[in-house]
Amino acid sequence: MAASALETQKLCKSFGALTVADNIDFRLEPGARHALIGPNGAGKTTFVNMLTGALAPSSGRILLGGEDITKVSQAARVRRGLGRTFQITTLFRKLPVLDNVALGIAERDGVARRMWKPASRHAAIIDEAMALLGTLGLTADARIKVEDLPYGRQRLVEIAIALGLKPKVLLLDEPAAGVPSQDSGHVLDVLASLPADIAILIIEHDMDLVFRFARRITVLVQGQVLVEGTPEQIAADRRVRDVYLGEATHA
Amino acid sequence: MILYVISVGLSVTMGLMGFINLAHGVFAMAGGYVLSTMMASFGLPFPLALVIAFGVIAAASIVLERLLYSRLYTAGELAQVLFSIGLILISMAVARLIYGNLAAPVFLPDYLRGQVHILGRDFPTYRVFLIIFSALIIVGLWFGVERTRWGAMVRAAVDNRGMAQSVGINTPLLFMATFALGSGLAGLGGALGADILPVQWSYPFEHLVYFLIVVAVGGLGSLRGPFIAALLIGVADTACKYWIPEFGAFLIYAATIGILLWRPLGLFGVRA
Amino acid sequence: MSGYTSDPRIRWTELLPWAAAIAFFFAMPEYLSLGARILIYILFALSLDLILGYAGIITLGHSAFFGLGAYTAGVLGAKYGVTDPFLQLIAAAAMAALLGISTGAVILRTKALTLLMLTLAITSILLEIANKATWLTGGADGLSGVKTDPILGLFKFDIFGKTAFIYCLIALFLGWLLVRRLIYSPYGAMLTGIRENTARMHAVGAPVYWRLVLIYTLSATMAGVAGALLTQVNQFVGLNVLGLEPSGDLLVMLILGGVGRLYGAFVGPVVYLIAQDYLAKQYPEYWYFGIGVLLIVVVLFARGGILGLFDPWLQALSRRRSSARALAR
Repeated sequence: MAASALETQKLCKSFGALTVADNIDFRLEPGARHALIGPNGAGKTTFVNMLTGALAPSSGRILLGGEDITKVSQAARVRRGLGRTFQITTLFRKLPVLDNVALGIAERDGVARRMWKPASRHAAIIDEAMALLGTLGLTADARIKVEDLPYGRQRLVEIAIALGLKPKVLLLDEPAAGVPSQDSGHVLDVLASLPADIAILIIEHDMDLVFRFARRITVLVQGQVLVEGTPEQIAADRRVRDVYLGEATHA
Repeated sequence: MILYVISVGLSVTMGLMGFINLAHGVFAMAGGYVLSTMMASFGLPFPLALVIAFGVIAAASIVLERLLYSRLYTAGELAQVLFSIGLILISMAVARLIYGNLAAPVFLPDYLRGQVHILGRDFPTYRVFLIIFSALIIVGLWFGVERTRWGAMVRAAVDNRGMAQSVGINTPLLFMATFALGSGLAGLGGALGADILPVQWSYPFEHLVYFLIVVAVGGLGSLRGPFIAALLIGVADTACKYWIPEFGAFLIYAATIGILLWRPLGLFGVRA
Repeated sequence: MSGYTSDPRIRWTELLPWAAAIAFFFAMPEYLSLGARILIYILFALSLDLILGYAGIITLGHSAFFGLGAYTAGVLGAKYGVTDPFLQLIAAAAMAALLGISTGAVILRTKALTLLMLTLAITSILLEIANKATWLTGGADGLSGVKTDPILGLFKFDIFGKTAFIYCLIALFLGWLLVRRLIYSPYGAMLTGIRENTARMHAVGAPVYWRLVLIYTLSATMAGVAGALLTQVNQFVGLNVLGLEPSGDLLVMLILGGVGRLYGAFVGPVVYLIAQDYLAKQYPEYWYFGIGVLLIVVVLFARGGILGLFDPWLQALSRRRSSARALAR
């Protein structure tokens, strides 16, 4: 079997007596379009934090492209090709959009260490950043400070930064959260147009988006994997309905 | 022990309000001055003067808190550090203007002077008194924090301010009260310790490092921490001065660095 | 100011300080020793701005590097007969760099209060050592009679301070060039990123810790050179280069001028030291009082320091300039 893009083996996390992740076995195939859903408090964000290295697991292993990264730092994981967006926008708010994206690209290219030539003369970095902004429709905003942008476009910048890192695996933590409905269509289009060779895991509450985007869905309840399958299988699964989809139809 | 009384207020204030208040020594100094003035100019007895010192400083701190400190809660560490340095400078200048260059004279009541005989050795009465008094304060604080409703609210707010607020705890009032208590304690400590740590205009700066060490090593937001830390420092300081006087305070600093590196949150810290 | 959208070309306004310094040299020969002192403190402030204004590290212990540099030059010049000025500078820089990297590597794993405490503890330890190691440092009396050879064999340190002033001016100029390069480089942009949102920097793969250690070491080296310059100019080094006080003073100077603005490090020391020279001698108590009030006022109302007060004008100017450029296209 070909190596998975991202995989966890018996991943566990407890805070004292509270277990938030219970023996999670998870597999993300290359080029996947995978969604992770579950009710509030199911441990989704904890899981993502462990995947990215922001949180250390109590036990278990995490593998990226077949390599064990359980003890690897957050920044090192990014350099190995694991990108993420944050549920709460984590951007350089006082910096222009271009800088936000360029900083990531410079890191990837090893340019960020350079101390001599002025940043604005590094044409390769700037051109790539502008091109990336172009694909997301952010060209006009390049020189505007992030904090002056409407929230929906800030979410797009969040995605732009992650893409600039040329990740092999991309974790999107509620990309549409808080985005006003007229802009969320744009977010959807962007997600749909992401390169096919990137493995994408998306955490979302918006079932509409999930079912349109995902080819596989994992349902997480109380730190455990309840079930995993295709959207049709998940929609038909009674347990999922009871636990989760029932909530969504009320919402 | 004096260090403890002065610093515990700082620990709680910094842990609770997240405010880096380097000017804590100012309150201690003010307490010392108040005590001295009360006794010298007004001829008040020692215990009463102590109470007044506590009260006056606490009240003054409330004024300061409402007017100035509260504006800077969300201003970031740098602003807070600078603000408290500014406060130190102002108060040092004022102290020097009013009281001149000499240390404030302290008149211990007769019953606290001399020596007391315990377990076959002679101890200075005042030191014993201080230890007992500090122990009482510690117990009182512990009781107040662990057992009372106020204490529970303080602990909740230290743990998670936003949550505490949404549960209905009146955080601004809580801050004000706690700050007053912490500063009052500092004033009390300064007054009590006036014999050992002379109260003069350079007081806040001179002892700033020690207060900060006690708090940082002990851990912000905890009560036990500064106690242990003050104890350690007191013992270490005396031991060092006795055995290896050439090294002076060197060991204290080295130990501080060591402890902070091993446990960055302090020995019992609740949050950094 | 730094970043990928900034313009790194030197604006004519940036040449003003240098013109002013040269004018000062000719116009006010009686004040040259104060002038040299100001220049040294500007260099010192620049080094602090690197880590405070750009990387966002709050420290009260920067005097440790300044003092170490000062004492290195002093000890070499007074005790070991190493009197070549450049050798003294290099030695001071090396010692400061060593201290910078060793302490930085250790303390930059911590944050906020702990970090502040550690910086304070380090400079306090050095102060204690300098105080007690009288055989080396002269203790509380300091080291006098620090000999420094004429620079390049030609320019002797004269009592009027002419050589000293030009010497410090050149040193400052070089330091300024380096810092300016750094700020506009990708490294500088990255530092700003760390300051603005450290979590995000981690999430783009930046080895934040090592980058901070590097800038801390560079900053320390620069501070060490500044300290050595002070010793060479005064031919004396005393305890007042270590401990909380010089760090605190420097912090005040930088805040006064404006943090993170490159030129705040110029404005701050100029204003502070001139005011101190004049006022502190006349009314010492009022001096501290005034500084304290000033600090609080700055913190509450003028966070960007003196230069910050000019922000609205500067922004209007740049907007006009960029719209003019846009029209011209």
